[in-house]
Amino acid sequence: MKKNIVEKIWENHSIDNLEDDFSVLVIDFILLHEVTSAQAFKELEERKIPILSPNQCVATVDHIISTSKNRKQIDNNEAKTQVEILRNNTKINRISLYDFESGHQGIVHVIGPELGITQPGLTIICGDSHTATHGAFGALAFGVGTTEVTHALGTGCLLLKKPLVMKVEFQGEVSKGVFAKDLIMKLIATIGIGGATGHIIEYGGDIIQKMTMEERMTICNMSIECGAKAGLIAPDNTTYSYIKGRPYAPLNKDWEQMISYWSSFKSDQGCSYDKEIIIDISNMKPMVTWGTNPSQAIEIDKNIPLEKDMNLNDLIMYNQAIDYMKLNRGFPIEDTKIDWAFIGSCTNGRIEDLRISAQILKNKKIHPSVTFYIVPGSESILKQAQIEGLDKIFKEAGADFRMPGCSLCLGMNDDKVPNGKRCISSSNRNFMGRQGTGSFTHLASPATVTASAIEGKISSPIKYFLN
Amino acid sequence: MNKIEFISGKCIPLEMNDVDTDLIIPAQYCASISKTGYGLNLFRRLRDQSKDFVFNQIKYENSNILISQKNFGCGSSREAAVWALKEYGINVVIANSFADIFSGNCLKNKILLITLELNIIYKLIEDSKNHSLTLKIDLINNTIRTSLNEIIQIKISDFQKSFFINDFNEIDFLLSYKEKVLSFKNYQLSNKILPILNQ
Repeated sequence: MKKNIVEKIWENHSIDNLEDDFSVLVIDFILLHEVTSAQAFKELEERKIPILSPNQCVATVDHIISTSKNRKQIDNNEAKTQVEILRNNTKINRISLYDFESGHQGIVHVIGPELGITQPGLTIICGDSHTATHGAFGALAFGVGTTEVTHALGTGCLLLKKPLVMKVEFQGEVSKGVFAKDLIMKLIATIGIGGATGHIIEYGGDIIQKMTMEERMTICNMSIECGAKAGLIAPDNTTYSYIKGRPYAPLNKDWEQMISYWSSFKSDQGCSYDKEIIIDISNMKPMVTWGTNPSQAIEIDKNIPLEKDMNLNDLIMYNQAIDYMKLNRGFPIEDTKIDWAFIGSCTNGRIEDLRISAQILKNKKIHPSVTFYIVPGSESILKQAQIEGLDKIFKEAGADFRMPGCSLCLGMNDDKVPNGKRCISSSNRNFMGRQGTGSFTHLASPATVTASAIEGKISSPIKYFLN
Repeated sequence: MNKIEFISGKCIPLEMNDVDTDLIIPAQYCASISKTGYGLNLFRRLRDQSKDFVFNQIKYENSNILISQKNFGCGSSREAAVWALKEYGINVVIANSFADIFSGNCLKNKILLITLELNIIYKLIEDSKNHSLTLKIDLINNTIRTSLNEIIQIKISDFQKSFFINDFNEIDFLLSYKEKVLSFKNYQLSNKILPILNQ
């Protein structure tokens, strides 16, 4: 029988099938950070259940830390406790922790791939919804709550309902100035914030195949923003070249054997899906959100929708979003004045994102009324940016190039957009107050964020790519 | 054993679609190492924004059944959102649809999720506003009886019901698979098909 990639990984890892489509699924890898793990370790300790496979776990600090130069100083006592408890839990349980100055501290979804831990065909979980990122490697990776982190740590498996599978393909020509972030935003705007609920998305087609791993990670990362449990892409030569030579990649003598194993995790030709969606991206412009969830997005040269453009069901949320964002119905989104700009997060804090920003910023200045934070996703990316001299370009342009962490994505650490200020952000969520209570967020690609930071208003990056 | 066959209580209507977990419990209240202390900050941003917000109205005090619309619980995987609802006293959420991670988190914390058609939800919301609606949910017979004496049929799978009716202990259940998990992992190890850290 022909199978899709999700069915293959699921069947490979399922050790029991129960009623109502529930399975007991073996979990291969557990990613841990300070915010969602303390309660899990505590419960296991109280129940005297040891961690089943400590060498299949990796931890780092990302959510709650400061991204200022003296990041070791944590002023918030609760945050400080969370970090100390993670250090203690990983030490007594012999779990690898990539702490400050380890060379690989960073956002857990950035360092997993960077270390070569994220590999095709694996099941990976983390107490964070953007675990979907790892699907870019053909792994089945998804976010879970802390109770499921507890279960996976203690038992090595989870009780899960088998999801449906949706195939998504982008078709057409990608226009200059349009990036992976714009494509995934277009999908979310098209199918809606709950459009893939109950599903895992497999992305396929020529456009995806031509993408770098970094672009694929951006695509898979935001799958959760249309409700998908995970997003994944079949592994190919791009995947294998990315993994090769990384710290936990298979060594030379095992390499060929692993490629043949990994290659089995591809959907069979003519297999079936529960849903199939094609997104036409011909002549598409960069995307930007106007509202308070990631599906409330339009192409940058379009006007903010009017009440009459909305579905009756969505009217309450539409009015609430526009009122919160202090925008004018029917007005162009372009030229909306901004106060802050942010490049970073597990969606767009990778080296390619920094390179694109630097390419636009070179020999230019950011607008005097804009605060621009550029936050690398990991210590390794920070170092790479310094080697390439990107840090100098950022500094000369007047941007603040900071230390690695989740930073301004979620308003949980020292970095927050102040009350009443408007930010254009390369992160993944524009929920009400997400980047700081009373702040306004417009999601966009790193290129659009940079162009807007230069001009002090929401601006298309297209002109920087025409020559 | 804590067997739950019936849940009764008062409704609180939240007329919104796409209620995200950041809204249920903002990130700045998640810097804790315990499962308690979140109830006070449930819907903190909306409560601070307007005194008319349903969770600020005396009329809906002591409600345990939350009624919302489409895609409740989307966004972050933070289980603190569920702990906040639970600590506040909410043990049933009725909506037209729920986000996946949120649903899983609720089941594990014994918050009952009930999915109903939008037209039934709109009526329940109106009735809550006009009549201080109370409901009696019968998990054995799959029904809700309203205080207006109407009966609504509900669909919850037997497997999910067993979490409530049989007080299913998930971690003990999963621990019973230990030998199978270990033999699976040993197979992977001997075939070197996954990375191993900290050796």
